[in-house]
Amino acid sequence: MSLTFIFFTVLAILAIASAIVTITARNPVISALSLVFHFFMLAGLYLTLNAQFIAAIQILVYAGAIMVLVIFVIMLLNLGDEEKLKEKFNLRKVIAVLLASVLIIQFFLIYLLTRSGKIEIAENTAKLSTVQSIGQVLFSEYLLPFEAIGLLLLAAIIGAIVLAKRKLT
Amino acid sequence: MEELGWILLEALIKALVIFTLILLAAATLVYIERKFSAFIQNRIGPNRAGPKGLLQPFADVLKLFMKEDIVPDAANKNLHRLAPIISLGVAIAVYAVIPLGSSFELAGRTIYMGVAPNVNIGILFILAMTSVGVYGITLAGWSSNNKYSLLGGLRSSAQMISYELSMGLAIMGVIMVSGSLNLNDIVIHQSGWKWNVLLQPLGFIIFLVSAFAETNRTPFDLPEAEPELVGGYNTEYTGMKFGMFFLAEYGNMATSSALIATLYLGGWQLPFNPEWVGLQEGSVWLALAQFASIVIKILLLSCFFIWVRWTVPRFRYDQLMNLGWRVLLPLALLNVIATGAVMFLI
Amino acid sequence: MFSELQLGSSLILISFFAITIVIVDALFQKNKTVGFSYALFGFILTAVASAINLYQAPSLIIPLNSENLITKGMIVFGGYSSFFDILFCMGAILTMFASREYLKREYHEYTEFYSLLIFSVSGMMFIGHANNMLMIFVGIELMSIPFYILAGFIRTNFKSIEASLKYFLLGSFATGFLLYGIAMIYGATGSLGFTEISKSIASGINSTTILVIGIGLIIVGLSFKVAAFPFHQWAPDVYHGSPTIVTGFMSTAGKAAAILAFMIIARNLMPEKIVSGKFNFDTHTLQNIIAWISAGTMLVGNITALVQKNVKRMLAYSSVAHAGYLLMGIVANSQLGWQGITFYATAYLFMQIGAFVIVGLIERGEENNLNIEDYAGLSKSHPMLAAMMAMFMLSLAGIPPMAGFFGKYYLFAAAIKSGFTWLTIVAVIATIISMYFYISLIIQMYFKDRTEKELEIKTGLGLISLIICTIGVLLFGVFPSLLLDLTRQCFQLLG
Repeated sequence: MSLTFIFFTVLAILAIASAIVTITARNPVISALSLVFHFFMLAGLYLTLNAQFIAAIQILVYAGAIMVLVIFVIMLLNLGDEEKLKEKFNLRKVIAVLLASVLIIQFFLIYLLTRSGKIEIAENTAKLSTVQSIGQVLFSEYLLPFEAIGLLLLAAIIGAIVLAKRKLT
Repeated sequence: MEELGWILLEALIKALVIFTLILLAAATLVYIERKFSAFIQNRIGPNRAGPKGLLQPFADVLKLFMKEDIVPDAANKNLHRLAPIISLGVAIAVYAVIPLGSSFELAGRTIYMGVAPNVNIGILFILAMTSVGVYGITLAGWSSNNKYSLLGGLRSSAQMISYELSMGLAIMGVIMVSGSLNLNDIVIHQSGWKWNVLLQPLGFIIFLVSAFAETNRTPFDLPEAEPELVGGYNTEYTGMKFGMFFLAEYGNMATSSALIATLYLGGWQLPFNPEWVGLQEGSVWLALAQFASIVIKILLLSCFFIWVRWTVPRFRYDQLMNLGWRVLLPLALLNVIATGAVMFLI
Repeated sequence: MFSELQLGSSLILISFFAITIVIVDALFQKNKTVGFSYALFGFILTAVASAINLYQAPSLIIPLNSENLITKGMIVFGGYSSFFDILFCMGAILTMFASREYLKREYHEYTEFYSLLIFSVSGMMFIGHANNMLMIFVGIELMSIPFYILAGFIRTNFKSIEASLKYFLLGSFATGFLLYGIAMIYGATGSLGFTEISKSIASGINSTTILVIGIGLIIVGLSFKVAAFPFHQWAPDVYHGSPTIVTGFMSTAGKAAAILAFMIIARNLMPEKIVSGKFNFDTHTLQNIIAWISAGTMLVGNITALVQKNVKRMLAYSSVAHAGYLLMGIVANSQLGWQGITFYATAYLFMQIGAFVIVGLIERGEENNLNIEDYAGLSKSHPMLAAMMAMFMLSLAGIPPMAGFFGKYYLFAAAIKSGFTWLTIVAVIATIISMYFYISLIIQMYFKDRTEKELEIKTGLGLISLIICTIGVLLFGVFPSLLLDLTRQCFQLLG
């Protein structure tokens, strides 16, 4: 049993547990907070895969920015406890089960294909996830999409300003 | 397996030492703040508990422990309990990556000063942690179920989110100059008086101002502005929970000071060549001297924080937002561009 | 042969104007004419640069030894990409002229409108130039995000807000599908570049299942974006709720860009020659699937348009149907089909924007004067407008000698040639259905009298775009070979 394996097991169990809390908690704030916790656990899992950059970004972007906004909205709307959904056969559940089974099938497919040697695991994935290598690829090979994304973000900022402008002339 | 045990033991000891040090630092800062403010206001300050009132912080803590722990009836109890823990935890967690000295050899092992000063995402970790710090205050404000608390919580989160941007961009300049996200590398890059404050004066000022905003200290202490919000986000907190917020505030101050020292003021670098006084590379004594160096820097910076608190009046909320978005953010962008241009030309 | 900078000048220019117009807006906050003229100047300059590129490189240039380039083979130059650059700029220019008066009347003249327009056009141009899945994706997003905001530009109107929100939610959903599909295809082929993807599909790959799932997801995502059946439900609501000029722009240039993305991806996923072996993926199946989507889109769009009383909504549904016609060119999967798409997209741009400009002129405030009865007697009060509207309607219905007719003709011909006769028959039936509502608007304008008092219509600069649209519809209708020769060149490859 290596250290990585112990860390992985603990983090994975906590991640799954917090994900379950996220969907079952009746208080929306608790739900959102356990999602934040889940993101932390995911970041930990990335660390066990030697992907420090993605781990840091995971916390920075999801836990630190997006979920803060989510919690903001929940707090300002002052949502009460969610009423227990009626236990009836609805389309949403069917679709959820279908999508989940697609994921599971995909998981097993990839697992089996990897076991049988049909898919090879790329060798240098660990190397690719450091800040340096990401930066090098981003600013050479993917320079143009990077610049285009810059435009995209500028457009989004202007859009946000337009939608939030106070005065109507 | 034995090696693993040693690694764990080392990390544990370091974590404990740092934890104790932060608590001690917070206590010291409380004392300094009271004495300093008294000096500025021409008072005497605490002088009863112990010689020169030195035991005052411990008396304070004792008092907080004895107080009744009141939780408002309509509060969300669990979150109310969780909020101060997040605040304090985040303040301490940042110290994990701050290098408190270069490495030294002990019993055949190279020991780094700090829990993990050599991770290659040090700065990202700090940014991630400070962005998570918002939760503590926001949750405290919301779970108290009090309008002043909620307003304080919202204000502080808006403030922290706004100033995080300029802070991150100011750090960008440092990263560009030293070419690494590793805090130890950044410190080493500043050896021989090549402090980043000289290379990045604008970035330093932006970072300093943002640090004040991030720690919710005067002149940006709007989340707990007494005349408007009673006590802000911690209105409904009593006893040791209040004490944890109190500790978190001073802990944050120490953290910000450590960050400023590390990023801009040479970190653990001694202001002279250590070989002049006969300190060998890799010796325990050198490490201790370096540790003393950063601690002095942290203390001086903290005194600066306190000095500002008792001399500068509080900003208005719109002034705060204007300063953040319309002054600091463009300046920080300008700093990044200027740094890039200079580095390109040289 | 040409420098990369020169061929990419249209992209550089539009990006430059997109960034600088923000600064220009900030400097001249009071004077809105400055922002307007700056944006207009930007579009015209970009269009001129693209025209020069098209003249110099009439055939498509796919960079092969891309390691030495700045763009690293992410984009193609010349040929159809330059042609569509001009088309998108044209659509934006027409919209700009019409928007001035419209925005003033609705009390919403913000110069941000123009900058968002530039941003969306730059996104469309990235799509047109894309030679990589990543570029297509970024381009689609860069086009869509300004659209989401433009749809809700009149913030006081609930319909507009609803349109914006609907568009945003469903659009993001579609983006999810698209991205998932791209990831799958990357997994299957090991590359994001189209050249490599089509090469590896042609030479056979191991993981067919992943590829098929990926292609399926991409088709779903793109069908959302072009508003094709069965993912068209958002289109009528969004097109109806958005400001009229925005609808005109979204449903023409936006649709053309989405179809272009579809075409570029389909072109590379359906290579003509597949070395069989371990791989049993069939191009014909894919063509059939798109053919079914196309047939469904045409029929559903036209049949639902039939019962609409609201002209804007009617045009919105008919725009769904037109997406179906355009998809026929992709089904054909031949040079003829792609030419047909290019021709029809051009013709459609002129006729649809023209029609929407007139709708915008007659519309008043929130939801007034949009019904078909409000057009009664237009020929007496405003004979010019009525004549133009009639022309656009005839062109949309596909009646010679309007440009719309030839567009349909080329698409139908291409589909028949590729063996999709049944699809052409469906398309002809759909066209005949569509005649009913297009002609009934003409009947209203010419053979009914207006009961209420007459409208005062101020065309302003909108007249310019109307004249350009009319000229376009007539010119390409009478001399289709002008455009056809150009498009033939556009799809020829140059190494």
